[in-house]
Amino acid sequence: MSEGYAAALPANAWNWVAVWRRNYLSWKKIALASMLGNLADPMIYLFGLGTGLGMMVGRVEDASYVAFLAAGMVATSAMTASTFETIYAAYPRMHHQRIWEAILYTQLTLGDIVLGELAWAATKAFLAGTAIAIVAAVVGYAAWPSLLYVLPAVALTGFAFASLAMVVTALAPSYHYFVFYQSLVLTPMLFLSGAVFPVTQLSGPFQQAAHFLPLAHSIDLIRPEMLDRPAGGIALHISALCLYAVLPFFLSMVLLRRRLMR
Amino acid sequence: MSNVAIDLNGVTKSFGNKVIVNGLSLTVASGECFGLLGPNGAGKSTIARMVLGMTRPDAGKITVLGVPVPAQARLARRGIGVVPQFDNLDLEFTVRENLLVFGRYFGMSTRAIKAVIPSLLEFARLESKADARVGELSGGMKRRLTLARALINDPQLLVMDEPTTGLDPHARHLIWERLRFLLARGKTIILTTHFMEEAERLCDRLCVLEHGCNIAEGSPHALIEEHIGSNVIEIFGGNPQELSSLIRPYVQRIEVSGETLFCYTPDPEQVRVQLRGRAGLRLLERPPNLEDVFLRLTGREMEK
Repeated sequence: MSEGYAAALPANAWNWVAVWRRNYLSWKKIALASMLGNLADPMIYLFGLGTGLGMMVGRVEDASYVAFLAAGMVATSAMTASTFETIYAAYPRMHHQRIWEAILYTQLTLGDIVLGELAWAATKAFLAGTAIAIVAAVVGYAAWPSLLYVLPAVALTGFAFASLAMVVTALAPSYHYFVFYQSLVLTPMLFLSGAVFPVTQLSGPFQQAAHFLPLAHSIDLIRPEMLDRPAGGIALHISALCLYAVLPFFLSMVLLRRRLMR
Repeated sequence: MSNVAIDLNGVTKSFGNKVIVNGLSLTVASGECFGLLGPNGAGKSTIARMVLGMTRPDAGKITVLGVPVPAQARLARRGIGVVPQFDNLDLEFTVRENLLVFGRYFGMSTRAIKAVIPSLLEFARLESKADARVGELSGGMKRRLTLARALINDPQLLVMDEPTTGLDPHARHLIWERLRFLLARGKTIILTTHFMEEAERLCDRLCVLEHGCNIAEGSPHALIEEHIGSNVIEIFGGNPQELSSLIRPYVQRIEVSGETLFCYTPDPEQVRVQLRGRAGLRLLERPPNLEDVFLRLTGREMEK
């Protein structure tokens, strides 16, 4: 990699915090509305699908359908929250408002900014996923102690999807392109990853494809914990999510450097 | 730290096959105000970005505050304050919050930032607007906030890209006054501008750029003396072609810019005599200024 690429990477392990704090200060002003916005969607799915479909479906994988769905919604809410933060909030900060440009006048590098944005998006994913998990625990679909294991998985899921969305942000010429990512990547992933029905319902090739999807790995980490079942392949799932967090980060750095620091 | 703030040596930058900066060399001494003058597209903003390490030169060496750029641009930027051409203040925040958030990017503690905010607000004459949102500020106030923001890290060097473009005369004079105050305190300033008055008032030295080349360099006074020397008569209200052939024998040089004739002559009286009795002509005699130098060097319909 070139010397210029190295200079754009995060300068140290703490510079990104300033960017995270900027976003936190901004979020504090609209925290309530933001939380409601992040929660409404997965909650409606959870109780809408859970109660409606649940009556027809009966039990899934030896659990009530709502309990099965709850884990899927925890992971999905993390995916959605961190993706939306990155494409609909970080993108305008980079593009229209030129806030990243102003930050690049300081001792922060592009890598510090991107890392701060990813950490912030993961934070929002963590908040959204946590809220759903707590609701699930309150209504008895998950055991309270399981949250100890679920929450770190939610944060990691948030990081992975923020990182992926950062690549999309780096490439997008305008807002209009985000709809492709949503409808051609995220929505199919929701159905291929076992969020709303078990992956075993899919035909062979789709089941194979699911092994590569970050949301599937996230759900496989979260669901056994919430349903109090023995989990398998934890190391594999964590490694896969880590790869999805790290590799797109470096790719987005290449793309953003080309875009912003010509 | 040496007494050289910025050193560019043979710097070249192209975008695609368009050469923006072409083998440019220049040196800015500590404590001086250096101006980059040039028409739109002459490469001024690209040079400012290269000094900050935000754009990589294709060739050449850049040293800023004693460190190589862009290799160690991050280190250099600790000592630099930037006023960009287009405001990029954080619109979600108040004036005070903008300063707070920006100080953190420099690694300053909240306490250290809060300690300097009052003096920055006073400097920018924004004390009464401390808790106003940026969106409520006038254009001049936004520029002054951008200037205050650029000073939060107490920089030695200020890089300003057209700091007063788009401001009304009052706002512009206030910015100029503030910049002279900073120069008096020993700050170094490099600014790009296409306001000749701005360059003449502020800059100790400047260079005139065209197509990314340095075509003249010196103090405003020396450049005027060297390239113009004599008084100027502006003539408007007639046919420039016809008038220029009439007075050509009596002047050193004539330039036509739009419908105005610029005559450079040591003997203005002769020109007046030649034009006496012509109705509708307006003559304005004045000492030469930087605009004359600029027009001459960057050549608008130039005639000899």
